[in-house]
Amino acid sequence: MTSPLRREDVAKVAKLARLSLTDEELDLFTTQLGQILEHANDMSTLNLDDVIPTAHPFGLINVVRDDVVRPSLDRDVVLAMAPDTEGGRFAVPRIMGEAP
Amino acid sequence: MKTAQSIAREVQSGESSASAELDNSLSAIRARDEELNVFLYVDEEGARATAASIDERVARGEDVGPLAGVPIAIKDNMCQTGIPTTCSSKILEGWRPPYNATVIDRLIAAGAVPVGKTNLDEFAMGSSTENSAFGPTRNPLDPSRVPGGSSGGSAAAVAANMTPLALGSDTGGSIRQPAALCGLIGMKPSYGLVSRYGLIAFASSLDQIGPFSKNVMDAAILLEAIAGHDPLDSTSLPEPSPSLVAHVNDGVAGKRIALVRELVEGADEDVVISVNRAVEALKDAGATIVELSIPEFRLGLSAYYLIAPAEASSNLARYDGVRYGLRVDAEDVAAMNEATRTAGFGAEVKRRIMLGTYALSAGYFDAYYGQALKVRTRMIDAFKRAYQQADLLIGATTPSVAFAFGTKTSDPMSMYLSDVFTIPTNLAGEAAVSVPFGTGEAGLPVGVQLLGPGRSEAQLFAAARVLEIAEDRS
Repeated sequence: MTSPLRREDVAKVAKLARLSLTDEELDLFTTQLGQILEHANDMSTLNLDDVIPTAHPFGLINVVRDDVVRPSLDRDVVLAMAPDTEGGRFAVPRIMGEAP
Repeated sequence: MKTAQSIAREVQSGESSASAELDNSLSAIRARDEELNVFLYVDEEGARATAASIDERVARGEDVGPLAGVPIAIKDNMCQTGIPTTCSSKILEGWRPPYNATVIDRLIAAGAVPVGKTNLDEFAMGSSTENSAFGPTRNPLDPSRVPGGSSGGSAAAVAANMTPLALGSDTGGSIRQPAALCGLIGMKPSYGLVSRYGLIAFASSLDQIGPFSKNVMDAAILLEAIAGHDPLDSTSLPEPSPSLVAHVNDGVAGKRIALVRELVEGADEDVVISVNRAVEALKDAGATIVELSIPEFRLGLSAYYLIAPAEASSNLARYDGVRYGLRVDAEDVAAMNEATRTAGFGAEVKRRIMLGTYALSAGYFDAYYGQALKVRTRMIDAFKRAYQQADLLIGATTPSVAFAFGTKTSDPMSMYLSDVFTIPTNLAGEAAVSVPFGTGEAGLPVGVQLLGPGRSEAQLFAAARVLEIAEDRS
């Protein structure tokens, strides 16, 4: 059976996941991810049309709490762990392109 | 080495002290840590301060708690205030959490002394601890072999007598498999029994914290100390910590225990022999043994390796170089995100992020992730049917004893197969414990796995204790 996964699929997924891959990595991951998906084909033959999917073992219920003020993390302590800060905020490189 | 129970008793009575017990632990770490690479960080200063304060409280006549002065190792995916927490990843290197995981608060409240953070497969993704960015941990019983994973460092700490207790986390077998490979008790509790607050997320619907120890009683003491509802974890079970210690010697008389064919299928012959011997021991102790086939277990691996990566791809999106950890600078923010993640994550983490992203992407969602969630329903139903015929299930924890370094690293599928017997429990959110029982190839320990429905921890410990007595370990 041929791999269900093509090299361009892996390249696209890497881009979505914000990862850059070398050509060698792209080849290796295409083979390896293809093998894993091929193993998962044992599920594709099952007729599960009437089965309700389970995303969580006990089913999540909405949990609410009283709206009371309680201590939170200290801003300076949290920012001290950041790669870059400015004026009490996280700082990042530019987000928008330069104006033409 | 003394048990945790006897250390706590001696510290509380004044016969020993937390500081003296910590010294023993630190000497054991110094003796073998360089060889075995167990700890990523040893918090000698913090541990000494904690131990000294316990000794002062004992001197004042206070009851310090069930883990009075017991040194404990913590898997390095649990947050401890001010202590480097890496998940064995370069992306978190140097990060010091500004808060404690709930388990850390509860350990300290119980009188335990956290001594340091142990090695793991990066972000708990792996079965050998070979995926750590800080080098593999070696199995203390045979340093040419892996300790299992992903909680390999925690298992090795206990196996090497560095600490009598350790905490691990189990998403698909990451406590039970290393426990089996290192000859320890290791339990994955029911989903929600132990708070996940401060446990760095891998697959949120599967992750659960649990204990490692050399004997059943110590595991019960530790789990009882950390379990119970936590308002900071909205998925935590509503009730307080269950009574476990009091039931350790309840035995298995009158219990129905089912040997599950799919939980020994493909296992090495010496592993199967151990499971069969364990079944006989339970029968001798008064259990009724039945045999069951649960074909749905064969689908567990496929469902797991879509669900866990899907959740991981979402959970690990937070490592973007903005708020904490590594940043690799680039001309704009998107390029910075990509450069940071490319440099910070190892190959296995990238593999799983991509697999999960693919399984969740448009056009493939129904065929992969959707189908896996339906298989998960089937798995839960299959367990329910099994528990109409038996109180507990039994099988192997892993297909083989500890394997040599490098034997499974080039082929991810072969590594994933190490978890084939442990995964069903995580998918169903239930509980299971690995108990060392007999030896296999090269005299290495074999782990027998006992599985139970949600909230069956007391029954599982009681059955594990029967096996412990049959092996004449204590």
